Formats: sequence, C-alpha cells, structure tokens
Amino acid sequence: MLDIKRIPIPALIGIVLTTLFVLAAIFAPWIAPHGNGEIIGDVWEPMSSAHWLGTDNLGRDLLSRMIYGARITLFIAVLATALSFSLGAILGFSAAVFGGWYDTLLSRLVDLLMSIPTLIMGLVVLSVLPTNLITLILVMGILDSTRVYRLSRAVAVDINVMDYVEAAKLRGEGSGWIIFREILPNALSPLVSELGLRFIYAVLFLSTLSFLGLGVQPPDADWGGMVKENKDGIVFGIGAALIPAAAIAMLAISVNLVADWVLNRTTSLKGGRG
Amino acid sequence: MADTKAKPGQPKQGLLLDIRNLRIEATVYPPGETPKNIVLVHDVSLTLEKGKVLGLIGESGAGKSTIGLSSMGYGRGGVRITGGEVILNGRDILKGGKEGFRKLRGREVCYVAQSAAAAFNPAHRLMDQVVEATLLHGTATRAEAEKRAVALFKKLSLPNPETIGERFPHQVSGGQLQRVMTAMALCSEPDLIVFDEPTTALDVTTQIDVLAAIKDAIRDTHVAALYITHDLAVVAQVSDEIMVLRHGRLVEWGGTRQIIKEPRQEYTNALVSVHEIEHLEQKPGATPFLSVKNVTAAYGGSHIKVLKNVSVDIYPGQTLAVVGESGSGKSTLARAITGLLPPEEGTVTFDGRPLANRLADRPKEDLRQLQMIYQMADVAMNPRQTVGTIIGRPLEFYFGMRGRERDKRVAELLDEIEMGKGFLDRYPAELSGGQKQRVCIARSLAAKPKLIICDEVTSALDPLVANGILKLLLNLQQHEKVAYLFITHDLATVKSIADSIAVMYRGEVVRYGPKSKVLTPPFDAYTDLLLSSVPEMEIGWLEKAIKGRRMASAGN
Repeated sequence: MLDIKRIPIPALIGIVLTTLFVLAAIFAPWIAPHGNGEIIGDVWEPMSSAHWLGTDNLGRDLLSRMIYGARITLFIAVLATALSFSLGAILGFSAAVFGGWYDTLLSRLVDLLMSIPTLIMGLVVLSVLPTNLITLILVMGILDSTRVYRLSRAVAVDINVMDYVEAAKLRGEGSGWIIFREILPNALSPLVSELGLRFIYAVLFLSTLSFLGLGVQPPDADWGGMVKENKDGIVFGIGAALIPAAAIAMLAISVNLVADWVLNRTTSLKGGRG
Repeated sequence: MADTKAKPGQPKQGLLLDIRNLRIEATVYPPGETPKNIVLVHDVSLTLEKGKVLGLIGESGAGKSTIGLSSMGYGRGGVRITGGEVILNGRDILKGGKEGFRKLRGREVCYVAQSAAAAFNPAHRLMDQVVEATLLHGTATRAEAEKRAVALFKKLSLPNPETIGERFPHQVSGGQLQRVMTAMALCSEPDLIVFDEPTTALDVTTQIDVLAAIKDAIRDTHVAALYITHDLAVVAQVSDEIMVLRHGRLVEWGGTRQIIKEPRQEYTNALVSVHEIEHLEQKPGATPFLSVKNVTAAYGGSHIKVLKNVSVDIYPGQTLAVVGESGSGKSTLARAITGLLPPEEGTVTFDGRPLANRLADRPKEDLRQLQMIYQMADVAMNPRQTVGTIIGRPLEFYFGMRGRERDKRVAELLDEIEMGKGFLDRYPAELSGGQKQRVCIARSLAAKPKLIICDEVTSALDPLVANGILKLLLNLQQHEKVAYLFITHDLATVKSIADSIAVMYRGEVVRYGPKSKVLTPPFDAYTDLLLSSVPEMEIGWLEKAIKGRRMASAGN
C-alpha cells in the first residue's frame, strides 16, 4: 500500500499545504480568531501580535477573512471543477464511443460555446441570472466543461479504436462498461493532469469574477474579492492585497504538486507497484 | 562451451571488424525504486572479415540489435557501451569521440532498419535521402552520387530505376522501400552494413525478392555485413557464418552449414527444429456448423471491395486456416464473420440459422459462441485491468458467475493455459509476450465458445514461444472441442495446425479444401508462389526458389 517514505518530497510539500488549506476551510469558525465581518481595529493596521496579518480596508482581521475566504474559494472551485469534469468527461467519452450525429451535434455545440470568450460569457450570464452560489458554480462548471469535453473526446477517440475495446464490443458489452471500465481508466492520466490545472483556473476565474463584482457578494469574500477590497492600499505601500494573492499562488502550486504525483502513479501500467 | 566460442579456423587477414569483450549496460528506472544498472550484453567478442556476412540470431532481448549497433558506436535509448573494444579498420572507434563517430557513420558503416516505412523521412524525396550521407561526407559530387544510386536501384531490381528517386516514401511499396534503404546504405560505399531485421515486417512473397536483392548487392559490392534476424531460415540464405545469442551471451558461433546441420548447443538445436509439430488432419464432418456463403464486403461504401464472393465452411472441433499476403482480405473475412464489418452480399450461417449481419443485432448467445484472439496481445487487453479481471469478465458477463465461483473458474482457466495462480493480480505490462497471448486465449475460452477466430496470433512472437502457443491451442482443441478459424501468412504454422485451408489472394479464395489436398500438387500459380516463398533451412534454397517461380509477387 501507500508508503509515506516513498512519496517524493515535492509531493509531500504539496500534500501538507493542500491539507492545511482544506482543514482551514472546513474548521473556519473554530480556527478564525475573529468573525468574518467583525470590525476590530483601524483600517490597514500592520501585522502585530494581536492581528497576525494586520487588518483590511474596513479594519477587519485579515487572518480571519483569509480563513473564511479559503472556505468559500475552495468550496466553489471544488464543486465547479467536479461539475465540469463529470459533465465534460462523460459527454466527451460518449461522443467518442457513439460517434455519428451525437458526436457532431455535441462537438459543434461545444465549439459554439468556446467561440465566445469565457469571461465575457460569464459576465453576461451572471449579470442576467441572480447572483448566488449555485448559479456561480453552474456557470463556472458548464463553461469549463467545454475544455474538458474536447480533451476527453480526443483521448477517448484514440482509445476507442484499440483492440481491447473492440474485444469488449465483440463480447457484447454495453456502452456503460466501455466508457467507465475500458476507456476511463486509460484516459485517467491526461484527465488528472488537466484536473490540477482546471482547479486552479476555477480559483482564478472565481477571483476574476469577484474582482469584477460578479462573484461572491460582500460581506463574504473569496480570495480574489479580497485582493479587490485591498488593492487601493498598494498605492500607499500597504501589502494587504498581496496576502490573498500569495494564498492563491500557494494553493495553485501545492495542488499541482499533488496532481503531478498522482499522475506519476497512475501512468504506471503496473498498478503503481513498481 | 569453450570449443564453440573459438572462431572457426580461418586466416586472420583482411580483418574488418573486431569486437572484443563487448559489454553494454543500461539503467532502468522502476517506479518508486532506486535506479539500477542491468547488463544487456555480457562480454561478447566477434570478428568479421572484409566481404563476409555474419548473421546474428536470437529471440527478442537477446541483444542482437544492440551488438549490431555497437559496431557504429551507437547505443539506442540510453544504452551505454561500458566495456570492451570495437576495432574497425584497425582502430578502436569507441575512443574516437563524437567527431570520430560522425566521420564513421554513413561512410564506413551504414545501417538498414527493420521498418523502412518508419525510418524514411516522409517529407523528402527518396533520392535526396539516398545520397544525403554521401554528400555530407563529401566523397562524391551530387551527380556522381545520383548516378551511383540509380545503378544501385537497377541492381536491386527496383522498377523504373531512373525515376523512382523522385518519389516520396509513401509512393512506393514496403518491399521497394526496404530495397531503397539498402541502396541508401550502399550508396556511400561503406565497408560494413548492419541489416537490422530488414525483411521481418514483409510478406513471405515480398521477403524473397528483397532477400535476393540484398544478397546480390552484397556479393557484387564486396561489402561486409552484420545480418540481424530471428529467423534462422532467412539468415541461412545470406550469411557465411552465424552467431546465436541468448540473454546477451554468446551461445554458439560457427559456419552457416555447421549451425543448421550440426548444432552443438541445445538451444541452437531447439531453434533449428522449432517448426516441427505433428498434426494429423481430421476429415471434415457431415455438416459444418458455420458456413460463409458468397460473402462480399467492402470498405468506404462499396467502393473498395475487399472480399469477393467468399465461401468457406468450418466443422465442429476442426481448424480452418486462411492464408494469404497482407491485403488479401483474410482479416476482413474475420471482421465479416464477427459482424464488425457487415457484408454487402452473402450470408453467414451458424448452427443452421443465419447470423445477423450487424454486431448490434446479434443476441448475447451468438456473441458468446464466436470469440476472437488478436495478433497483438499487448493492445488486446486493457492495460488497467488485472489478469483476474480480464479472464473473469466473460464469466460474469455470459454466465453471471460472481465471487468465489468465478475465482475458482479463473484459476482453472489459468491452469489450462499452463500459468499458475500467481498471475491473478498481475497487470498485462507485467507479463511476457507469450504469457499475454495465453491470457487472451484464456479470455476467449472462458466464454466456452464453439469457434475461436485466431488473427495472426503467433506472428508477433519469437519462434520458440509461438511454438508453445500452437501446442497449447492444439491441446485445448482436443479438450474443449473448439473450432478455430486460423488467419496467418505463415505456412509453417498452417501445416502444424490446420485441417482445411483456404488460400486467399486479393479478396478471393483461390484454393480451398482439406489440408492434404491443398498442399499437394498440382498447384495454381499463387499457391505455388506462396509455398515456394517460405524460407527453408537449407543452403542454396533462395536461388532455387527464385528460379522455380511462375509468377511475381503482387506486393513486391
């Protein structure tokens, strides 16, 4: 089984950091020293023993905001990525297996969606629909699933012509078995590497939307929104905006370190046993 | 061992290549473990005189290509030459460094690769590639080099020698491409050519032409050659001496006649006598259980007819072998029977009732009765499933077996294919080529079918391993009373397994009947060509075969 000693150091760093982020997100109300919207001091106080990361543009404790922000950021990004992957992969695989009209119809639809820049599409849709978490997740998930669809269809088309898939078809297997038992395990490597990237894109996209005021609504804030709140401080030499930005970067790197390691293990055709 | 390692007593003058105690290593990186060194070639020594041909022979992994490439100082894919000397024309080429290799390769030593189709650059005309090495080394002007190339094309009996150089690689056939590659190697007038399985990927009928062309060219240009192959019968036609290798070690080295007539080592003996399986022909029964009647099938919407009016019968518990060269439609026949390619005309009847044309319209029971084994066992098994899952799935799927009942049957099947329980949890990547094919056989047996279609099942395997698979198939036929439709281009295989034979040529069955009848003269022209093209382990066979032919091969 999994032996901790054999996990390479970069992956270990990634796992530890990602776990910290996830734990902070889950236990936010218990860990955070202050409430999310609680004003406890002056505007943009520097770091001190009372407020480890200082305070933000309204005098709220930045550390507490960061911890609550992790909760919102991770929650939305995870759900949006999960949605985009399940939707994109299943549709992509089925398009490759069924082919014909089904494939053409889906692929052209995806082309249509992709021809509109994601951000503009997101802005238009979100300004029409009521802004709440569910629409946000749905919009992000569906827009992102077009990329996943193209990747999984391309991978599955190659796998679908392998002899072992033909053997399964000759046996009389249904499309469910072919998609989930023959194609999916063999398409996992490119999908996992894409997952690491897509998750981070989701975080960034959410940040962009929040920065533009269409994402998470105040007083709640994700990390992107917090960058926006504190951006004016940069002019006065106050680094409060850099802290959520650094958190986004750190999350991006640590998740991809884990994804790379998982990728290494899943690429092995010997079940990762060596 | 000592006496066989000594070189047969011959004068040492005119020595061209002298490899002494060659040691070649590579580093392997097992996932999750520390990288380790493995030795691929263990202190092999050989010498080659000017104008002589030495055949290197052995199964995959014997190190024959690695040794061949070392004569030009090249290690493929991270392979390192870590010991010994390679003395060519009196100097140790391993000491020359990169600059030395550059002067040597393409001028003193040239290389002919196994797959010419993959070795030519598809974006350049043939002539540019043939003369490239000569021009780069500055040994001739372009006009001289091209004149030389045309002369070589003529010598290798290529069609239109004056203009063939203007074509692109995809515009000539596989056999022609292989000869162009030989011309490329000869063009810079090297002292030594390394032939790496030059005819292995070709049909028997094409192989004979290429072989004859190579042999003539070697004789006329007085070039020395290392000829690498796993087919002893082929190497017996072209080489003066043969060296048998196994696991990177020398097994036996001697004159061609001595190796094939009086092998001194047990392993060589096994290689020489490999094809001989006795199989008594069974008389066709009263009624066939599967008959193909007047089937015509086409690709690309009836434009290209690949099967024309084909009719064959298969009797219970017997083997029908379908033989022919590539493109003759033998695999298409299998696809038509299995329903992967619905025939345009004609019917396939099974147990007295017609089979649905399309795979999707066939009931599960019909699918169970017809199983298939593929040529490439590597890609015929899902690399992400364990052997247990691969064999267990048909049991679940057709018979609804679960849990312990299924595991018990899987263990029985593993026993039947002469593999133990230890393989249950292995992935295909952890099996050898022969074991993979055995697992595929077990997978099709699990369905308890009446007919197994074997599509070139032994072509990708080493002769000794292929032999084991054939014996296994014959044993299973006796126990399970299963019939085989055996597709192959190898007539030796046909002789050892078939009860009846259908010879296919360009989509038609040109000869069909019980084995004894099909293989007894008088032959039609194509069957004669096919039969006479199979290399025999006999010196001088090639010349006799070429002289005796009545028609030229199609794919040449």
